[in-house]
Amino acid sequence: MPTIVVEVMPKAELLDPAGKAVAGALHRLGHESIRDVRIGKRFELHVDGEIDAALLETAQQLAADMLSNGVIEDVISVHIDGVAGETR
Amino acid sequence: MRIGVVTFPGSLDDRDAQRAIRLAGAEPVALWHGTHDLQGVDAIVLPGGFSYGDYLRCGAIAARSPIMAEVIDAANSGMPVLGICNGFQILVEAHLLPGGLIRNDHGDFIRRDQRLRVESTDSAWTNGFELGQEITIPLKNGEGGFIADEATLDRLEGEGLVAFRYLDVNPNGSLRDIAGLRNERGNVVGLMPHPEHAVEPGFGPNTPEAMRSGVDGLTFFTSVLTATLASA
Repeated sequence: MPTIVVEVMPKAELLDPAGKAVAGALHRLGHESIRDVRIGKRFELHVDGEIDAALLETAQQLAADMLSNGVIEDVISVHIDGVAGETR
Repeated sequence: MRIGVVTFPGSLDDRDAQRAIRLAGAEPVALWHGTHDLQGVDAIVLPGGFSYGDYLRCGAIAARSPIMAEVIDAANSGMPVLGICNGFQILVEAHLLPGGLIRNDHGDFIRRDQRLRVESTDSAWTNGFELGQEITIPLKNGEGGFIADEATLDRLEGEGLVAFRYLDVNPNGSLRDIAGLRNERGNVVGLMPHPEHAVEPGFGPNTPEAMRSGVDGLTFFTSVLTATLASA
């Protein structure tokens, strides 16, 4: 099924306590060279029919309005699955 | 006076909020998220809990539920709206208050009787307090860290929109110790601590006078009675 992928990350300047906890665990396991971990979200929007420009634009709008909160997160990418970096 | 309490899927403290309203001398009205019916209430409480399991972001899905269209319209027309904990998160996600709430900086859920300073009495829900009054009400959250960019924080401070600030300890990493906000008009207030859990002797926080005797939260619900009477 055609799929639009939306990727969202917490803003770089904000503390990401979940990422910090994972980084701490990696350090304890001996991976000191991994300095920092940040955890984001990947949404896969499965759609009926072909993905056209209008649908992609709708997805971009949804990514900005609902799938992310611009105060605390950034939309990193909105693209068609298999076509990395298609948009943005 | 009738005060609506909206129940969302995953609300926990809706019954407690209804009880607080009753103890303050008003009539609580149960409202349901899936309707567009405010049942003619005079004020609205968005209660605490974990609506939609905190999926997506805390309060994000509830903020887009059917009844929120009417809540947002009512808030923009001046009706008093109080958001407690998850209700505060819903108000922020509905853009009725600025900023955002993220996971506590220490990563843990926290439950404590929290001292707060009242920073604004110019609101429907805080007019019964003295400015600078120190109160104690329970706090319980995992994602209560208030954040906003520097310009927004400066504006909130400059316009006196910070309603409550944490005292003694900052329990969740909130910027500038902000525990709650009001909007410009003063009808919308949101905060992470739970006033509805400090309304009845025997069931509130401890005080120097007696165990569990703290009822500082009751003033939120008596304030709104005065506010609506004054505007009626």
